[in-house]
This record gives sequence, structure tokens and C-alpha cells, in this order.
Amino acid sequence: MFQRAIFFRTILWVCLLAFCTVVSAAEIKVCSDCDHQQIKTAVAQAKSYDTVYVLPGLYAEADIIIDKPLTLIGQGFPRIDASSGKSGLIIRADSVSISGVHIVNVQVSHLDDRAGIRVEDCKEFRLTNNHLTNTFFGIYLQHAKRGIISGNIIKANAKEEMNSGNAIHLWYCNNVEIVANEVSGHRDGIYLEFVKESLIRENLSTNNIRYGLHFMFSDHNEYLDNIFRNNGAGVAVMFSKFINMRNNLFEENWGATSYGLLLKEIYDAEIINNRFIKNCTGIYVEGCTRINYKRNNFEGNGWAIRISGGCVSNEISGNNFIGNSFDLSTNSSSSENSFDGNFWSAYDGYDLDHDGVGDVPYRPVKLFNYIVDQTPEAVVLLRSFFIDLLNFSEKVNPLYTPKGVMDNFPRTVKFNSHD
Amino acid sequence: MKEILKYTMYDVVRSKWAIAYTVFFALLTTTFLLLSRDINSSIISLMSITLVLVPLISTIFSVIYYYNSRDYINLLLAQPVARKSLFLGQYFGIASALAVCIAFGLLVPFFIFNLAGSGLIKSTLTLVGVNIMLTYIFSAIAFFIALKNEDKVRGFGLAIFSWLFFSVIYDGIFIFLLAIFREYPLENMALAGSIFNPINLSRILMLMQLDIAALLGLTGAVFTRFFGQSFGWILAMTMLLLWFVIPLLGIVRRSMTRDF
Repeated sequence: MFQRAIFFRTILWVCLLAFCTVVSAAEIKVCSDCDHQQIKTAVAQAKSYDTVYVLPGLYAEADIIIDKPLTLIGQGFPRIDASSGKSGLIIRADSVSISGVHIVNVQVSHLDDRAGIRVEDCKEFRLTNNHLTNTFFGIYLQHAKRGIISGNIIKANAKEEMNSGNAIHLWYCNNVEIVANEVSGHRDGIYLEFVKESLIRENLSTNNIRYGLHFMFSDHNEYLDNIFRNNGAGVAVMFSKFINMRNNLFEENWGATSYGLLLKEIYDAEIINNRFIKNCTGIYVEGCTRINYKRNNFEGNGWAIRISGGCVSNEISGNNFIGNSFDLSTNSSSSENSFDGNFWSAYDGYDLDHDGVGDVPYRPVKLFNYIVDQTPEAVVLLRSFFIDLLNFSEKVNPLYTPKGVMDNFPRTVKFNSHD
Repeated sequence: MKEILKYTMYDVVRSKWAIAYTVFFALLTTTFLLLSRDINSSIISLMSITLVLVPLISTIFSVIYYYNSRDYINLLLAQPVARKSLFLGQYFGIASALAVCIAFGLLVPFFIFNLAGSGLIKSTLTLVGVNIMLTYIFSAIAFFIALKNEDKVRGFGLAIFSWLFFSVIYDGIFIFLLAIFREYPLENMALAGSIFNPINLSRILMLMQLDIAALLGLTGAVFTRFFGQSFGWILAMTMLLLWFVIPLLGIVRRSMTRDF
């Protein structure tokens, strides 16, 4: 008898629990012949923690405001055409999750920052596996924290900086993870301003007019395993501290003013295990202090590293410099930075005791690098016989090239494993 | 003129030196193509070497050939042959023979490695074209110097100096001027300076074909714009042509007035 009572009680509880779950997570469908033909009405009707399924179709809707915790799932990438309004989706509540939608055609505006998905003052959001095409700004976050942006494909066709937005734009955010997105054809691929403790990982950023990834006043962030290809500049890090940059590939950022990585006024950064291949300038450094460049590969760049004035306590070691037109160019003659222990393919010294370390120091700044730095127009003599003679005579008897800038322990063997 | 051109050309092409010259370039090209995985960079390396060697060898070869064939020239002068056609025929014979050597030396390896369809055919052809032009220009200058100087040593010295001037001294003065005036915008001066020297002009024309041009920065942008216009191309070609025509006129005038 007593056991039966327990049994019924359990059944009762289970039913109650099941009922609760059903109530708390109702499913709402949106399609041309469902109860809701519009996403807007579905969202308005939905209660907190409901799930809205958007079935395939074309939805000409804009400015869909989500002001309660919701999960919005697109099935078969329903197209949301936002050309009639300002933005696509606007999220103004915590714990919102959006996935699988395809937002198109947000109009360009010079007055407000329109975007495919806007996230305003909220936390714990998830934006995953969405497609955004020709949305002025792609994903725009302001005052957002603890969220994930992953697996989105954001494409546009930007022609000039003035009339284009950023694919992923963060303003005053922290603890955001930006993972495995593909961004292309915007002004900046990923733009961070006043962003803290965020992680940018495994993204592919290509063909953006300005930068593939751009940090402004953003401290304590890291970006790992990303690919930056054919942007105005791969990555620009400006006015930021404690940025960790590892395992990225900077490739084919090629053009008269193109850089792989642009560093300006940054402190205490780590640049480790990256590859810089065929960039006009691999790394351009201006006013940077306490930065470690380790185990990077510089191959086939115009300039591997250009250091301009005001750079102190930078350590460049364990890197491979292979087949760059200029390995290093610097306009400061002092030795406040260390260049010891790299492999330089242009090194022609010897190693009598075969310990892998060359017996004569290597000077990565050739006379021609120095001349070009002083008189940029002299670069028209690139690859001329006279320049070869000049570099040779300077090497034999250094007069002009900065004395302190040299590798005292140049490696004679390439660093192979970079893990 | 035709007969003399033909004879001189056969004479040069059959000589050991011409064969060595062709084989040297063929080997050089092959080595660069084999050693470097990147055809682009092998073309750049080839360019650096040919722009030094081709003018030098054209200069030396023309001078030596002229001085060595003086007896033959004297013999022909005694025959009813117009002076103009004798000397022009001989000049074109030498220059054309050298040009053929270059073209074969550079192009044959490219075709052996089947790189005709590699998208770099344009820069390869520019490389060959530029070297052929340099051959004609420097042979003309050297031939003129040889014709003007009876004294072998003096003629030889002057010819070598002309090569040294264009490939080294000119650039030295150029870079010196750039350094002096570096406070001013120098793009146009750099452009002018590069156009007046056939070797520099050839190098720039080559670099513009390759993606290394991006390294030239702002100056490169000015160059690209300049050579992008038909005016720029015409001016560049005119300059090269002038470097060829002026010594040629010198040869004609000198051959008319000289007392043999």
C-alpha cells in the first residue's frame, strides 16, 4: 500500500515535471502556411525560453526585436530580407540564441550603424551558423558580454571604406568568443573596440578593404589559429595591451600599402608561432614595447619586419626569415631590441664547430634598407647591380647601418618544428 | 648590306664564343628554374644577372669583333661597296647574332620545362625582349666607340667605361641626388632618372610585370600610372629607340668621314 503511494506520487511528479518542460519551452513554427506567417508576430507571441522555428522561405521583414530570452532556429536557411527597414534582428534580452538564418540586404546608412544582427546590452547570447549577405554591418554588438559567435558566414561586396561596415563589430564587450566564422568583403573583418578578455579563434578573414581583424583599446584578448588572406592589412592591433597572437596565418596581404600585421602603440604582447607568407610587409611596428616575437615564419615577404621609432624591449628570436626582399628595416640606430637567435636565409657566415650557430654575427639591416628608409624613392633601384655592390661594400666595412641591430647568434639551420 | 649582314651573322653564330654564350644562358635559366620552386622569383634572379651581363658581353664582343675584322674591312673598302652598307651590315650582323643567342638561351629552357602556359609568359617575353633591346643598344654604342678610335686599347677602355657608366656610375649619381633632395617629393625625379638609362628602364619595365612591383610603394604607384598610359609606354619605347638610333647615326656619319 505504502509502496503504491510512493509509485503514484512519483508518477505525479514526473507528469508535473514533463508538463512544466512543455510549458516552459513551447515550440512555435513560422512558415507560409503555419499559424505564424511572420517572424515578428511569432516572436511577439512567444513566451520567455520558447523556441521559434523558422521554416524555409523568404521573409521580407526588418527590425525584428527580440526582447525576451528566446531560441530562434532557422531550418534550411530561411532568407530574411531586411531591405525594407534598418536592421535585421535586434536582440535586447539575455540568453538569446539565433542559428541557421540567412539575413540579406541591409541598406547602407551614413547615420546609424545598421546590421544584420544587432546585440544591445545583453549577455549569454549565442549566434551560431548563420549566413549574412550584404548586410552593411554583419553582427554588431554593443555592451554585450559572455556570448558566442560561431560558424557564421558573413559576406559582402564592399568597394570603399566610407560606404561599408564591419562583418563582426564589438563595442564595449567582454568575454565574447568569436570562433570559426568566415568573413569577407567588408571594411574590417572583425572589429573590436573597448573589448576585454575575448577569444578569437579559427576564423577565416579574406578580401576585406581595411583590416582582417582590428583591435582598438582592447586589452587582454587572444587570437589563435586564424587565417587572414588578401586584406588591406591582415590584422591591426592598436593602443592595446596584453594581446596574445598565436598560430595564425597571414597570407597574401599584397599591395603598396598592405601589411600582414600592423602594430601601433601596444604593450606586452606575444606573437608566437605565426606564419607570414607573401605579404608586402610582414609586420609593421610603431611605438611598441615589451613584445615577444618567437618561432614565427617569414617567407617571401617584401619586408619581413619594419620597425619604426619608439620601440623598446622587443625580443625577436627563434624565427625563420626565408627569401624576403628585406629582412628587417629600422630607422633607430640603438640596440634597445634584441634580434638574437634567428635563422636568416640571407646569412652567409660560417659555422666551424657545427653547433648550428653561426660564428660571425648577422646584420639584417642592409645598406639599401637604410637608404630606402631615409629616401623611399630610392626603392626604384631595387635589384640593380649597383645596389648589390653597395650592400657588399657596406657588409665588409659597416659605416651607415645601425651598429646595434644584429643577430649575435644567427642559426645556420632552419627551425623546423614549430609546435 | 644584306650580304654583309648575312655573312657577319653566320660568322658570329658559328664562333665558339656565341655558342658558349647561348649555352651559358640556357644553363643559367635551367638552373634557376630547377633550383627555385617559384618561377616568379627565378625570373627576377635571371633579370638581375642578364641586366648586368648582356650589356657587358654585347659591348666587349662588338668591340673585339670590330678590331679583329679590320683587315677584312679594309679589303672590302677597296671593293665597290658603299661604306654605309658595309658598316651597318656588320653592326646589324653582330647585334642580331647576339640577340639570337640570347633569345635561344633564355627561351629554350622555358619551353623544355613547358612553362609556356604558366601565366608568366608575358614576363618571360618581356625579359627576352628587354635583353634583345639592350643587345642592340650596347652593341651600337660599342661599335660606334670602336669606329671612332683607331687605338684598340683606348677604344676598348672607352667601351667598357660606357657599360660601367650605365650599370654602376649612373645609379650612384642617381641615388646621391635622391639623397640630397630627399626633403622634396621625388617621385617624378625618380621616374625621369629611370627613363634616361636603358638598363634602369629595362629593369623597371620588368619589375612592373611582376608582383614585386608592389614593393615600390608610392613611387611604384606613380610608375604604374605613368606606364599605364599609352603616353608613358610610347615615351619609354622612344627612349630605348633613341639609345639605339643615336649611336647608329654616329656610326653612319663616322663611317662616311673617316679616313681609312
